[in-house]
Amino acid sequence: MNLTPSPEQAQFAAALHDLLTESPVGVGPNRVGSERAGVWARLAGVGVTGLLVPERWGGSGGDPSDLVVAAEELGHHAVPGPLAESVAAVPALLRAIGGGAADEWLPELAAGRLIATLAAPPWLPLAADADLAGLVLHVTPASVRLARPGSCHPSMDASRQLFEVSPGELVATGVPAAHALDLGVLTCSAQLLGAARALLEASIRHAVNRVQFGHPIGTFQAVQHLLADVAVAIEFARPLLHAAAVSLTPPATTAAGDGPASGAAAGRAGVDVCPPRDVSAAKVACGDAAVLAARTALQIHGAIGYTEEHGLGRWLTKVRVLALAWGTPSQHRARIMTELARHR
Amino acid sequence: MNLDLDEAALAFRAEVRDWLAEHVPERSLEGHAEHREWERLLAGARLAAVGWPAEYGGRDAPPLHQLLFEEEYHAAGAPMRIGQNGLFLLAPTLLAHGTGEQKARILPPMGRAETVWAQAWSEPEAGSDLAAIHSRARRVDGGWRISGQKTWSSRAVVADRAFGLFRSGESRHRGLTYLMFDLRAPGVSVRPIRQIDGRHGFAEIFLDEVFVPDADVLGEPGDGWRVAMGTAGHERGVTLRSPGRFLAAADRLVAAWNDAPDPALHDRVADAWIGARAYRMHSYGPPASPSATKLFWSALDVALHETALDLRGPYAEIDPEWTAGYLFALAGPIYAGTDQIQRDILAQRVLGLPRSTR
Repeated sequence: MNLTPSPEQAQFAAALHDLLTESPVGVGPNRVGSERAGVWARLAGVGVTGLLVPERWGGSGGDPSDLVVAAEELGHHAVPGPLAESVAAVPALLRAIGGGAADEWLPELAAGRLIATLAAPPWLPLAADADLAGLVLHVTPASVRLARPGSCHPSMDASRQLFEVSPGELVATGVPAAHALDLGVLTCSAQLLGAARALLEASIRHAVNRVQFGHPIGTFQAVQHLLADVAVAIEFARPLLHAAAVSLTPPATTAAGDGPASGAAAGRAGVDVCPPRDVSAAKVACGDAAVLAARTALQIHGAIGYTEEHGLGRWLTKVRVLALAWGTPSQHRARIMTELARHR
Repeated sequence: MNLDLDEAALAFRAEVRDWLAEHVPERSLEGHAEHREWERLLAGARLAAVGWPAEYGGRDAPPLHQLLFEEEYHAAGAPMRIGQNGLFLLAPTLLAHGTGEQKARILPPMGRAETVWAQAWSEPEAGSDLAAIHSRARRVDGGWRISGQKTWSSRAVVADRAFGLFRSGESRHRGLTYLMFDLRAPGVSVRPIRQIDGRHGFAEIFLDEVFVPDADVLGEPGDGWRVAMGTAGHERGVTLRSPGRFLAAADRLVAAWNDAPDPALHDRVADAWIGARAYRMHSYGPPASPSATKLFWSALDVALHETALDLRGPYAEIDPEWTAGYLFALAGPIYAGTDQIQRDILAQRVLGLPRSTR
């Protein structure tokens, strides 16, 4: 029983934090593709892009708990790009497909030379940032196909664009995609939690420094209580995120590195786990915490937070967008209730 | 990270589950005599307080085992614990600050419910502002004489003894002494207060020159605030309303929804289950701020029971299971420090915001 990151995982997150603090991913409203692509080289340099890629394809063969610890830090710094797609879902999908597809694309993904994205209706009807991606997939329960990007729609999150796609050349059929898509949901949840933490930290800094009525506004109970509620929401979302990562981790007894964790819940001596239920609970809780943190942060910053120059909007818009990506809160609550009814 | 249980934890959980299946009474207990008998039965199986040292009747069990015990206890629908003020509030403080003599004298009969304890914190003029208490402890030969009035004393009507803070000096926080006293001693009178559920859950205690021997001072005289705040942490944290309570209630709520699905309540039922799961997973992690924990469970308890009532609709008011739980839940945001006090503590002590001007 342990839901705390290991010292190695904490060290990795700290290194990632330092890297992103030293050279912030200063993505303005300009949607410059080359700038967004430049982020990828740095992420590859510290091993983020190869986290879920097995060692024989040039990755580090990490597990979902490594993934959530790293993704929380990416969210903390509002790193742009199709992260849940390219770092989590597509590598897991390619592992499940195996063969030539894995051999061709996994090493490129791990090295950061290839960015991937995908559409997977109904959770992801549009593909995020397909303009950056050298590999765009269309995923349904029946098949995985290459996808052709069509119309481009700028997102409310200025660092992001969504593309309509049409299914093209077949890559594989009968692929158990659920595990890969849940890893995408997990990554998105971790980004939301990290963004929530950043928003709380920024709000505290502002409340301590901003003086009105002769006092820092952080001395006022109305402000303190708003921030306390955000802290509670974050504090109780993280255990669900970590539990979901455990839920998606294949039991140690199975051969490491191959195949999806379809039997993750079976035969494990401990607390009950159910991947779809647990991942959905994490997504709802992390999304709710992040949206609360974002609204609170804007309210505490006031008008300065509403300016483009301040930068709070990068987190605020990303949070609101990611809370609806990879399955809306309604879709995830429905999945939880379906799973609970199934196992009654 | 993992959610695995080791062999010892699995064996312990199985033992508790089997024991409860065999012993939990079919009907609900009536009167405190039956409750005391149930506690004796638990103590006989060394299940009354598994976290205590073995020499006092416990099992030296780690916190994880205590959580597993609570999960099994609530899942089995076992009786409310009549000894909970002593078990969950006084005992942790005794183990942290008590002398060897005090622990050996007080804990074993507490575990067997031969001595049932009440808490005596609040006073008419000292509620949220607990350090404002007026009840005095006056030094006399061999001990103290205590006088004053305590209120909202949970279980004082049926309890044998009580514990609380008394003013022994003028300093607001450093003039308080933690004392344990006999509710049947000369000079004590207890007046029951009927609660909104019609029960005598709490009472007023009037104290007139009641003698308390030195042996019943917990910690050093004048150090009572620091000693008591340890207990407050336990009350606000997982011990008094453990995740087990919420898991069992959420499971019942989900089952009720599946029996009569109301689409309008779907998301709220899901949120109640998510909240219970979050509290459970949180409790498996490192110890957290008791204020954050209390804010979380008090809100969850109310939301869960509000949802259950809404689901039962016009039949809710005649459903004693959910109405009792609802009225019980309503006390959560008030006692052991209101939600507003907890937000003050969390903002100032955990988030590092400046002291409030209120």
